[in-house]
Amino acid sequence: MSQSAFPRFNLYGVRALYLFEMNRFRRTLWQSLAAPVLTTILYFVVFGNAIGSRIGEVDGVSYGAFIVPGLIMLTVFTQSLSNASFGIHMPKFSGTIYEILSAPLSAFEMVIAYVGAAATKSVVLGLIILATASLFTTIQVEYPLLMFFYLVLVAFAFSLAGFIIGIWAEGFEELQFIPMLVVTPLTFLGGVFYSIDMLPDPWRTLSLFNPIVYMVSGFRWSFFGTGDVTIWISLAAISAFIVLCMALAWWIFRTGYRLKT
Amino acid sequence: MDPILEISGLIKTYADGTSALKPIDLDIRRGEIFALLGPNGAGKTTLISIVCGIVTPTSGSVRVDGHDIIDHYRETRSRIGLVPQELHTDMFETVLDTVNFSRGLFGCGRDDDHVETVLKGLSLWDKRDQPIMNLSGGMKRRVLIAKALAHAPRLLFLDEPTAGVDVELRRDMWGLIERLRETGVTIILTTHYIEEAEHMADRIGVIHNGELILVDRKADLMKKLGRKYLTLHLQDPIEAIPPELKDWDLAIDETGQTLEHHFSTEEEQTEVPQLLREISRIGLEFTDLNTRQSSLEEIFVNLLQERR
Ligand SMILES: Nc1ncnc2c1ncn2[C@@H]1O[C@H](COP(=O)(O)OP(=O)(O)OP(=O)(O)O)[C@@H](O)[C@H]1O
Ligand SMILES: [Mg+2]
Repeated sequence: MSQSAFPRFNLYGVRALYLFEMNRFRRTLWQSLAAPVLTTILYFVVFGNAIGSRIGEVDGVSYGAFIVPGLIMLTVFTQSLSNASFGIHMPKFSGTIYEILSAPLSAFEMVIAYVGAAATKSVVLGLIILATASLFTTIQVEYPLLMFFYLVLVAFAFSLAGFIIGIWAEGFEELQFIPMLVVTPLTFLGGVFYSIDMLPDPWRTLSLFNPIVYMVSGFRWSFFGTGDVTIWISLAAISAFIVLCMALAWWIFRTGYRLKT
Repeated sequence: MDPILEISGLIKTYADGTSALKPIDLDIRRGEIFALLGPNGAGKTTLISIVCGIVTPTSGSVRVDGHDIIDHYRETRSRIGLVPQELHTDMFETVLDTVNFSRGLFGCGRDDDHVETVLKGLSLWDKRDQPIMNLSGGMKRRVLIAKALAHAPRLLFLDEPTAGVDVELRRDMWGLIERLRETGVTIILTTHYIEEAEHMADRIGVIHNGELILVDRKADLMKKLGRKYLTLHLQDPIEAIPPELKDWDLAIDETGQTLEHHFSTEEEQTEVPQLLREISRIGLEFTDLNTRQSSLEEIFVNLLQERR
C-alpha cells in the first residue's frame, strides 16, 4: 500500500469546502447584506418609530426595542434556510457535486462545512442588524453571551434545515417554497411584533403550537430577561429541532437520497 | 504484482430498472493504461462512477489498493482522481482557486509547487487568475484534469477526455498521460476514438450492454483479431486469378490491376514470402506492394457484429 493511512478527520477538506462557501458569500456580499439590512431598517422605521411611539411599552420594554430580537430572528431564519439550501443545491444543479461525492469526505464533514458556512453568514448578518437597530433605538442586551450562543444555535439549526431542503429540492422554486410559505408566515405569527399574551384566545393557545414562538421568545429573553416562555423551553425547542434535522440528514446520507443514484 | 483495482461481481441496476452493469469482474494492474471501449450506454461511466463513490453499487465488491471502496472510502478516494465526461465546472472561481480547492477537498495541504507543475503541464499557468467561465470548452476540460491531478492520485479515471477536443489538445493529453505513466500513475480511460486506445493503452476492455465482453493486451488483441491485408499492384491487368494461385485467399478488383490477400497476423511470417515466391514463379509482375493492418476500430465493429 503506497500511502499512509488517511487522517480520521478530513480537516483540509472541511476547510476547503467552508472557505469555498464563504468565498461565494463574499462575492455577493453587498447583495446579501443590503437586502436584509434594508428590509430590517424599514421595519424599525415603520413599526419601531412611527407606530411604536403610539404603542408604548410591551412587557416593560419600549416597542421599538421589543421588535428587534424578533426581526433579527426573522432574518436569521430565512437567510440560513436560503443560504444553506442554495449552497448544496447549486453543485447538484451544475453537476459539480461529482467532485464532492467522490472526495474522501464523510457526511458529517460535509454537513459541518456547508452548514457551518451558512450559519457563519447568518450570525454575521444578525449582528449587523443588531448594530443597525441600535442606531434607531436604545437596546441593552441583558445576557450578551447567552444572546450570542442562542444566535449561533438558531443559525445552525436553520442552516441544517436549509441544507436538507437543498438536497430535497429538485428545482429552484422548491428552494423558495419552505422559507416563503412556511417560515415567514409562522414567524410573523410567532410573536415578532407582539407578545402572544396580547392575543385573545383561541389565538393565544393556537400560537403555542407554532414552534417559532419558542425560538423568538428565547432570543428576546436573552435581551430583556422576559419572554413568552422561559428560556429553558426555548433552548429545549431549538435542541429538539436540531436533533430532528440531524436525524433527517443522517437518513439522507445513509440512503444517498437525491444525492446518489 | 497485486492489482491496484479489483472489481468482482459488480452489478448496477438503476432505480428505474435499467440494468447498467451485469456482473463485472476486472483487475487493473499497477501502472498500466487501460482503455475501456464501448458504444453509448454500454456502462462505462456507471462503472467509473461506482469506483469513485458517486453511484452506489447494487452488489459486488470493489477494492482500490487493497481497500474496500465502501468500508474504507477515505483510503480509496484519496488515491483516485476523476475527470468526468461532462464539463461540470464552477463559474466564478479562478483556475488556481478551483485547483487548490480540489486539493484541499481530497485531504491535502497546500502545495504551490505541485499545483504549479500541474497547471504548467496543462498550459493553464497563464490562465490561473481567470475565472473559469472565461475559458473555452477545451480549456475547461484542462481545468477538470488539473483538478483531478491536484492531490496527486495514484489511479486516474479519464471519462472520454478527448471528446470534443481539438487535435492539439488531444496530442497534449496523450503527452500528459505518457508523463503520468512514467510517474507510476495507473490510468483508466474511456474513449470512442479507437485510435486513442490503440495509441496509448496497454490493455483494452470492451464493454457492451453492461457486460465486459473482452479484456486483452492491446498487442494480443490486434494479433488475435487483427487482420493484415497485402495489396499488390500488377504491371499488366489480368482477367482472372491464375489457377496456380487458386488455393490462396485472393481477390481481384474490377480494374484487374490490384490483387488483395488477407491473412491473420499470426500467419504472416510464413505466408507472405511464400505467396510472393509463388507469384514470381508464375511470372506475374508487380509494380508496388503494401501491407495494412486492420485498426482497432475494425476489430471492435467485428466484435460487436459477432455478438448480434
Ligand atoms: N441516473 C441514471 N438513471 C437511470 N439509468 C441510467 C442513469 N445513468 C445511466 N443510466 C443508464 O445506464 C446505462 C449505462 O449508462 P452509462 O452512462 O454508464 O453509459 P456509457 O458507456 O458511459 O455511455 P456513453 O458512451 O454515452 O457515455 C444506459 O442505459 C443509461 O441510460
Ligand atoms: Mg459515459
